[in-house]
Amino acid sequence: MSEPLVFHFDVDGSDFTSAGTASVTVKKNLRQLGLPSEVIRKLSIAMYEGEINMVIHANGGTADVIVTEQYIDIILKDQGPGIPDVNLAMQEGYSTATAQIHSLGFGAGMGLPNMKRYSDEMKIDTEIGVGTTVTMRIWIR
Amino acid sequence: MDSYEHSVLLDRSKCTGCTTCLHHCPTEAIRIVNGHAVINQDRCIDCGECIRKCPHNAKRAVASKLESMDRFRYKVALPAPSLYGQFNNMDDVDYILDGLLKIGFDEVFEVAKAAELVSAYTRQYMKADGVPKPLISSACPVILRLISLMYPSLEDHVLHMLPPMEVAADLARKKVKKEHPEFSEEEIGICFISPCPAKASYVRNNFGNYKSKVDEVVAISDIYFRLLDVMKPDNPVQAISDTGMTGIGWAGSGGEATAILNEDYLAADGIENVNKVLEEIENGNISHVKFVELNACPGGCVGGVLTVQNPFIAKARIRTVSRCLPMAVNFPDPSEEYIPENFLFDEMPAYVPVSRLSPNFAESMRMMSEIQRIRATLPGIDCGACGAPTCRAHAEDAVRAGKRTVSCPFADTIGGNR
Repeated sequence: MSEPLVFHFDVDGSDFTSAGTASVTVKKNLRQLGLPSEVIRKLSIAMYEGEINMVIHANGGTADVIVTEQYIDIILKDQGPGIPDVNLAMQEGYSTATAQIHSLGFGAGMGLPNMKRYSDEMKIDTEIGVGTTVTMRIWIR
Repeated sequence: MDSYEHSVLLDRSKCTGCTTCLHHCPTEAIRIVNGHAVINQDRCIDCGECIRKCPHNAKRAVASKLESMDRFRYKVALPAPSLYGQFNNMDDVDYILDGLLKIGFDEVFEVAKAAELVSAYTRQYMKADGVPKPLISSACPVILRLISLMYPSLEDHVLHMLPPMEVAADLARKKVKKEHPEFSEEEIGICFISPCPAKASYVRNNFGNYKSKVDEVVAISDIYFRLLDVMKPDNPVQAISDTGMTGIGWAGSGGEATAILNEDYLAADGIENVNKVLEEIENGNISHVKFVELNACPGGCVGGVLTVQNPFIAKARIRTVSRCLPMAVNFPDPSEEYIPENFLFDEMPAYVPVSRLSPNFAESMRMMSEIQRIRATLPGIDCGACGAPTCRAHAEDAVRAGKRTVSCPFADTIGGNR
């Protein structure tokens, strides 16, 4: 059994145009590991949505991707405002993004629902005023 | 895997090992070894970036010489639409086509003509149920190779329509066989007049299980001066051209996409932009777009490295020559219910995991962790002095070669940096 691989990223909250760079890098690395393209696709969409969320709502944060032989965990941690009603936030189409964010084509209210859809397990730990940690797991086999 | 025969050659006497191409190769296929650039053939996608960027003209695209057509008794030229944008003060395509006859071809069949048919059938294709969104154009051979090497999850998005060059070759051959039964199959030669070295590779290597019907690919730059010599604007020429604005418009980026006659399209050109768009498609970000046209060359095919003229000037001239033409003049037979088979290809080339570290997952993980360890000892300035494009690539090369240490000229002075 080999040691888990860890990829760590700082997600810059001030820059929209660079959002998504971590998921691109992870995608390249996972391709080098020879993972099935379906696993890579699920992971990159789930992670991309998470990255965008952190930029829109929490002024950035950190992303850690932990690869083991059985599964991949994505841990997205921010010190943002927290999510007051997780069930509401999970509803498709629900969004608290500003008009400015909408004008950029984001904020469709599909971020969290897509993260859930493309991961196999998802856990949200959130505290108002403290921050949010989203942990997603994708099983390799 | 059979080795893929490429169209980019290096003139070692001109290459100074300057690292310019190293930094511009989109697939990190180049290394500097013993002072000269070396291309990893498995990774090269024939995009021509290294040719475009080399300050010493040490990189060259190879295509056939016009003389290679001498072995055929009946020679057919297939001029790419981009050829029409290469000439000054020229507003009538017939002078160019007449020029092709004067330099030795027996017949000319415009690729633009086939392009109009491909456009018409693509519109039909997009009406079918279950068409992936977005549909990605299959006309640029570099894009097809890029997808089959780096974006395997997007293979299902590729339009399975043959590129206009192939359709033109098929139609031209059928036409000649019908009109000139005196020539045997082997006596008829089909020559694509190309802006693009990747087309030469595509023809030489075939594509997936599809065997190209083009016999030779000759560079626009190779016949350019010969054409200039025989093109006399004062002499009247016979009307040969049989194409509209739509077909000729394929020469530039956006030409194919606008011919879809659906505004939900996107057209990107230049390999860096193309990569960004493909990433966005993979992230499921532009699913509202129905059609995506991607061209590896800046400006589209007019930006090909086998052309003569600046791509933007060429694009402006394309507008000039097509100004007074109807939108399109080639249409499929309206009685056809299905897209004919000679316009379609079956399958994409098999995915080749060129970047995979090892066939064994656990071993790949071990190697990746070793790459991370070595990478952290390197300065992260991606200077290329070691011969690899980035510090990350240098660490990867070492691990692939089974080395535990690397030779970085600056590791001691600058130190490691993540």
